[in-house]
Amino acid sequence: MNLDLRLDTSGDFYAQKFQPTKRDDTLILNMGPQHPSTHGVLRILLEIDGEYIVRAEPVLGYIHRMHEKMAEVMSYPQYLPNPARTDYLHALAWGWAHVGAVERIMGIEVPERAEYIRVITCELNRINSHLLWWGAYLLDLGAFTPIMYSFDDREIIMDIMQRITGSRLTYCYYRFGGVSDDIDDRFVNETREQCARMKERFKMYKDLVTDNFILRKRVEEIGEISVQTCRKYGATGPVLRGSGQAYDVRRAEPYSVYDRFDFNIPAYDTCDAMGRYMVRMDEMQESIKIIEQALDSLPQGDFIHPKAPKRAKPPAGDVYFAVEGARGKIGMHLVSDGGKSAYRLKLRAPGFSNLSLFAEVSQGTLISDAVSILGSLDLVIPEIDR
Amino acid sequence: MIVKSIRETVAGMWSLLVGMKVTSKNFIQPNITVHYPRQSVKSLEGYRGHIELVPNEDDPFKSKCIACNSCVRICPSACISLKASKPKKAAAKEGAADGAEDKKAPAKKAKPELLSFVLDYNYCCLCGLCVQSCPSGALRYSSDVYLAGFSRQEFVIDLLARLQYQAQKKGAANG
Ligand code: SF4
Ligand code: SF4
Repeated sequence: MNLDLRLDTSGDFYAQKFQPTKRDDTLILNMGPQHPSTHGVLRILLEIDGEYIVRAEPVLGYIHRMHEKMAEVMSYPQYLPNPARTDYLHALAWGWAHVGAVERIMGIEVPERAEYIRVITCELNRINSHLLWWGAYLLDLGAFTPIMYSFDDREIIMDIMQRITGSRLTYCYYRFGGVSDDIDDRFVNETREQCARMKERFKMYKDLVTDNFILRKRVEEIGEISVQTCRKYGATGPVLRGSGQAYDVRRAEPYSVYDRFDFNIPAYDTCDAMGRYMVRMDEMQESIKIIEQALDSLPQGDFIHPKAPKRAKPPAGDVYFAVEGARGKIGMHLVSDGGKSAYRLKLRAPGFSNLSLFAEVSQGTLISDAVSILGSLDLVIPEIDR
Repeated sequence: MIVKSIRETVAGMWSLLVGMKVTSKNFIQPNITVHYPRQSVKSLEGYRGHIELVPNEDDPFKSKCIACNSCVRICPSACISLKASKPKKAAAKEGAADGAEDKKAPAKKAKPELLSFVLDYNYCCLCGLCVQSCPSGALRYSSDVYLAGFSRQEFVIDLLARLQYQAQKKGAANG
């Protein structure tokens, strides 16, 4: 054993790579990988001068599970549960990206009812994701109670979803050519009830949290991200919309039946953490609007195409399919060589791009503000590491 | 300047009071959480426990499984393994020989009988693909929720033995 290595106290590979600095009055600090505000195993190396951040560098890969490689070994239907495990908060959007890519390359038709069911469940899931972000973000900022309210709402939505999909978090519900189970009247009624309830709850959330001036002091004019920075790093989703650009895949490249619904794309040009906060709060209300419209016009018919292939075997070629997830644009680039499993599947995780800009944005901020910025990016680490 | 900051402070204080009102309103609401070991949730509808075999209508000791291996092949976690007796060779051969002319002949083939059906629940991701792929409807989700154990071995379950045990218990209860 190399004793030099053991005696070396300057840290691991990343810390050493990070070390060289011109100043000798700064401190290198590890935030994570086990830090409550990083929501998972994200590690951030910080060079700090007192309370101020001089440099920051995220270190990734602590929960890398080779989801892309798995797609190359597993057959197409076997890969169905995987996308849900990348982003466990908006599992259905990831599942949708996968089935969407396969459907597009094979030219599978999806019955209209199935498309509506997908929209409804995906939007319910988006609300769930934003609710959890809301609770957890406020927890980071030091407010404990809101997460209890958000979990109250989440539980109801999860109960509704559980009856249909069989899971509460990592759904495996979409199939090539439809969904795995039909929705019934009870689902429709419960969803309607919950939508009505949520509208009341949003008012309460506004009173309790959004208008609260302690929160405003923690998020207003903190972590300003310009549209240029977003473009440079490819940030999408609420991060981009919080910087004033109303880009949403549901509108920009409409997939499924989203072009039939009337909803707004909330955007705030304050560019700060408050902007991103407001985008998500508004987005939940827009999702409710979409769900209600979809429930009103829910067509009858099959929930899965009767001729949907059991063992998908797409022709050779490549295809790209993007959907709007709770964190931004989820893309899947599928290359097929005509075999049982994909030749290559590239997952585009929105969180990865959103996190990348953190190094630039956090420069010169206080550590406590960095926590606020990190939270406002809404990171899900398993999705970033894949 | 001073006026502005005073106004800001007053507005801020007011926002705290509004928040306080919400909190106190919720404080007098009834409890919505369930204190698990002492209480449990009412409905577990739709809950997916580990998979289990569906008993045959005629014989509750036998499962509906025809040992087609389709669940074994689809399972992404490779956690199902089953053993079945091979159909009698003579019968199979006869079937194959006749099969060339008569399509009905393979039906004569002795059905393979399930000997064991082992689920390694440690690796199961509860995706439900096996249940959906089963041509004979021999699989379903159990409602075993409160599973806990001290070792991995406890979750390697022989579902056929479980089915027979359940049938026995049921039989004893009825008789
Ligand atoms: S539920 Fe999925 S992982 Fe579990 S045994 Fe069935 S196919 Fe395998
Ligand atoms: S798919 Fe059904 S019939 Fe076939 S082996 Fe599995 S349980 Fe038995």
